[in-house]
Amino acid sequence: MTKIKAYKKRDNIAGYLLLLPWLFGFFLMWLIPMLISIYYSMTDFNLLNTPSFIGFQNYVRVFTQDKTFWQALKVTFSYVLVLVPLRLAFALWVAMILNQKRRFLGLYRTLYYVPSIVGGSIAVSIVWKQIFGNEGVAMTLLGLFGIEQKISFLGNPKTALGVIVLMGVWQFGSSMLIFLSALKQIPVSLYESARVDGASKSKIFWKITLPMLTPTIFFNLIMQIVNGFRVFTESYVITNGGPMDSTLSYVLYLYQRAFKYFDMGYSCALAWILVLIIAAFTAILFKTQDSWVHYEN
Amino acid sequence: MTKTESKHHKFLRILDSVKFHALVMAIGFIMVYPLIWLFASSLKSNDTMFLNTYSLIPIKFDAAVNYLGAWKGVAGVSLLTFLGNSAFVTIVGTIGCVFTSILAAYAFTRVHFRFSRFWFSCVLVTMMIPTQVMVVPQYIILKKMNLIDTRIALILPWFFGGGFFIFLLVQSLKAIPRELDEAAQIDGCGHFRILFNILVPILKPSIVTASIFSFYWIWQDFFQPLIFMSTTSKFTLPLALNMYLDPNSYNNYGSLFAMSVISLLPILIFFIFFQKYLVDGIAMDGIKG
Repeated sequence: MTKIKAYKKRDNIAGYLLLLPWLFGFFLMWLIPMLISIYYSMTDFNLLNTPSFIGFQNYVRVFTQDKTFWQALKVTFSYVLVLVPLRLAFALWVAMILNQKRRFLGLYRTLYYVPSIVGGSIAVSIVWKQIFGNEGVAMTLLGLFGIEQKISFLGNPKTALGVIVLMGVWQFGSSMLIFLSALKQIPVSLYESARVDGASKSKIFWKITLPMLTPTIFFNLIMQIVNGFRVFTESYVITNGGPMDSTLSYVLYLYQRAFKYFDMGYSCALAWILVLIIAAFTAILFKTQDSWVHYEN
Repeated sequence: MTKTESKHHKFLRILDSVKFHALVMAIGFIMVYPLIWLFASSLKSNDTMFLNTYSLIPIKFDAAVNYLGAWKGVAGVSLLTFLGNSAFVTIVGTIGCVFTSILAAYAFTRVHFRFSRFWFSCVLVTMMIPTQVMVVPQYIILKKMNLIDTRIALILPWFFGGGFFIFLLVQSLKAIPRELDEAAQIDGCGHFRILFNILVPILKPSIVTASIFSFYWIWQDFFQPLIFMSTTSKFTLPLALNMYLDPNSYNNYGSLFAMSVISLLPILIFFIFFQKYLVDGIAMDGIKG
């Protein structure tokens, strides 16, 4: 008995020793920042003053007086709600094309994956800016087909966000790989018996493939939504939020508030609102999963 | 009769194959076009760059001028300095990140300690919260510690592990049968020896995957350096590129593209060497967005 206790104690010590580096980082870079940002979000802190407590005033200001906040929210929601389904659908489509026995599949898979690998880098945003900007590739090519444009896709408030969404869709590779491995795990016997029963291709897709993929889709959906809300580099580098705030992402706005206007307290409030939005999205998705996600036991 | 039919079948099969490869190659071309375009543009001379902007073949080559211009760097700081800063931050950050994550993943899967479930849920929470949200309070803390505008500020957010990496390693550790380390425990091995002599060799593929992702993310990180750094000589490559973008001070597109190519090279080289690990890692864990 005492021996077991001694073992348990030793395990407790060992566990915490092993976890120590992570715990240190967690406290320093997550927990403490989170706690102080709750506090700062209720102050008028601007980096130079001694912060004074103002209660929920920042939050009230966000929701009642800040038009740019609503614009940034609209941009980010449009971005996430258009990009995530598009990217997943495209990834699934390509994964199904690649899910057969052909030559050079490894090569294609690799090619499709490259954009996901480099997509986050500022260099790629620079490319996008040049391709869709003034005198860019897109404009010149359309010009060759006789479609003259006065303003570029990035200069037009109606299309600028579309260009940034397109850049996200272009990075469908990692989702595709995940779908590909999920597709390979669907038992062949299911397809065989469906074919024996004379089911059509579309029926097989809707009744077998898609339901079997729902856990993968669900997981992807959550991760991509979380990822989508953090879009920054693209809108900072490609358009810097413009034209007319049409690509002003939430994080870009938060950044501007904090480091252009030094409105630190206010941007902490903005940060917490974003956390709550993401939490709400995740919670809603988890709530709905019983009705559409199909888990095999 | 049967012979013509099989010929017909063969024809159909070839047609099908041609259709497949045509489609798949067309998609592949669109996928890599922007990157090849970047490389091609980095070879074009500045005065002809916009004459045939969509073309991948330069009218006039000016690669040497462009790359030498890139090498000179920005604001009197050579590219070598930026490369060095990026390499330093990325290598130290990756080593710390992977090492910390291995220790934590081992603790979560092999050691029974109090509140381990609670701490693991904290790991998951850090995966869900965008780091961008934490950057203002992190800035304030780092400022209080006098670490703003130091390379340590760039390393710190990565050095102590990350949710993604711990999760990835926990998944792989769970797949290793416990009998293995129980046998070692009976032989008198302590935790450290079990972990480093027995489990780490088996975990190698996942560790390589984690290291490469960590390398990629730190190398490409733009948001945190943008906020934490202000002295040009301490900038990482993404920040240098960002300075180059400023239309008021630079109009040298050739060198901008050359610098962009250089910034992507380490990523692509690693990708070529380690693609198997990346593809398998992604397929196994299915996390990275």
